[in-house]
Amino acid sequence: MEVIGTSQAGAAAAAPGGAPSRPRAFPPALRQLMMQAALIGGLLVVWQLLSGRLISDFFISRPTAIFAVIVETTLDGSLLYHASITAMEALLGFIVGGALGILFGVALGWSKLLADLLNPLVLCFNSLPKVALAPLFILWFGIGLNMKVALSAATVFFLVFLNTYTGVRAVSQELIAILRLMGANRRHVLTKVVLPSALTWVFAGLRVSVPYALIGAVVGELFASNRGLGAMLSQAQGQFDTAGVFAALFAITVLSLLLNAVVKVAETKVMPWQSGDHQQNTTV
Amino acid sequence: MTADPLISFEHVSKTFQTARGTVEAVQDVSFEVAKGEFVTVVGPSGCGKSTLLNMTAGLFSPTAGTVRYAGQKVATLNQRSGYMTQNDHLLPWRDVEGNIRVPLEIAGLSKRDRTARVADLIQTVGLAGFEHAYPSQLSGGMKKRTALARLFAYDPETLLMDEPFAALDAQLRLKMQTELLGLCRRLKKTVLFVTHDLDEAAALGDRILVFSGRPGTIREVIKSPMMPDRDLYQLRRNPAFAQVTSDLWDILATTSGMEG
Ligand SMILES: Nc1ncnc2c1ncn2[C@@H]1O[C@H](COP(=O)(O)OP(=O)(O)OP(=O)(O)O)[C@@H](O)[C@H]1O
Ligand SMILES: [Mg+2]
Repeated sequence: MEVIGTSQAGAAAAAPGGAPSRPRAFPPALRQLMMQAALIGGLLVVWQLLSGRLISDFFISRPTAIFAVIVETTLDGSLLYHASITAMEALLGFIVGGALGILFGVALGWSKLLADLLNPLVLCFNSLPKVALAPLFILWFGIGLNMKVALSAATVFFLVFLNTYTGVRAVSQELIAILRLMGANRRHVLTKVVLPSALTWVFAGLRVSVPYALIGAVVGELFASNRGLGAMLSQAQGQFDTAGVFAALFAITVLSLLLNAVVKVAETKVMPWQSGDHQQNTTV
Repeated sequence: MTADPLISFEHVSKTFQTARGTVEAVQDVSFEVAKGEFVTVVGPSGCGKSTLLNMTAGLFSPTAGTVRYAGQKVATLNQRSGYMTQNDHLLPWRDVEGNIRVPLEIAGLSKRDRTARVADLIQTVGLAGFEHAYPSQLSGGMKKRTALARLFAYDPETLLMDEPFAALDAQLRLKMQTELLGLCRRLKKTVLFVTHDLDEAAALGDRILVFSGRPGTIREVIKSPMMPDRDLYQLRRNPAFAQVTSDLWDILATTSGMEG
């Protein structure tokens, strides 16, 4: 679940740990950052040296060439144009899929009847690879924005739905009993216990869905589009422009990181009691 | 006893089925608590004290026998009782103020009334300055005090308290005990109070139920000879108090000697 978050979490955990022992040249967080930068820089250098020598640059291009394409497409505005379209699709898909996922997750988690009723349907749809729906969505929504949003939303929906559902189910029955003793009705229990306790799970679901939102959008563009990073990708590939392919991949990665950062900020805003946990030292 | 007790246990036994077999927690327990009475419960760890409170709150039913509240068999959650559990069970996503506010929100108090009442309670339990700390940032005793303030906030007819002051320092405990006793006398609360501290059991209880080890049975019931409006700060000089505590020590010494 925490694949994307681990490096930051690791840095945060390392920070208070080593501090008091003895003064070092750099704070641990900075040291780690420098090592990470050195590693990436080293890989780029190796890549640059390999291409054209050991491996044909037709296959792997070379960092300088990719950088040149990025600079060029940034300057003529086309990169930003394509990126903004993909970002829009992914964001809309993320919001629509996330909202529906939360809604259904809470509904099914809260109502056993509904969960039992819909269980087989959920199992079927969940086992379906969501990108396989692309042809169907083209028939339904055409080849415009809606189809990519739908594809992205379909993927995000299930991840968020399953997480929310699990979260609602995992709520502490003891806390519910304590509140019911205070005279709480079902609405009180839902709003004061179930929803806040499920939030952790909801955000875990949202965080893992970020790359999938982009997958939905990009795959949709690969299928049918002349705009967006997916289209840029397939055009570059059609012209055997390997550097262009890598530049598009780079832009997709940056988008994913940005969206991920937005989710993280939202998470600390919405769950301040969790962010408090991060700063505090581990106690048992 | 009075003609119609508020809480009554009639030959209550409770057996838990676990993966490793059955555990008999309490066996054939009978006692009554009158309205306005303060009853303390002592006994070795694992003798079923928390189990008694759970059954009074209606969290589960006894395996045999009957628990009655105000004459009615306790079948569902007993909402006339307030329960301060052994684990404080605060809501981790709410700060101190928010946790104390929960019962007031449920009761539908206006925002202004809530704020005033919460501020008052935070003063009472001595948590001023920690209104906005989350439970994960509190010490064990501070969590207990938050749970205590929350219990006072919703003003139930009966208080079920499971070692509420166990994590407090001596001065603070005395202050809280005085506060609790005063409040209960003033508002005629009925209290079932579990503790491991014999001094505390003797100080607070109108009656003290002494349990034997598992399966828990009532070994002795001690009626306190002290006045209901006793001053807890003067207890050390009260010969009646000394008598009760030494009786308790004698009973429990033989009890634990038997149970190992
Ligand atoms: N939900 C449960 N499931 C299974 N066994 C239980 C459960 N609750 C309590 N027990 C068992 O019942 C016995 C009595 O438990 P209880 O919590 O009432 O003890 P206690 O007197 O409150 O002990 P302590 O003073 O340590 O809090 C214990 O042996 C415990 O293992
Ligand atoms: Mg207990």
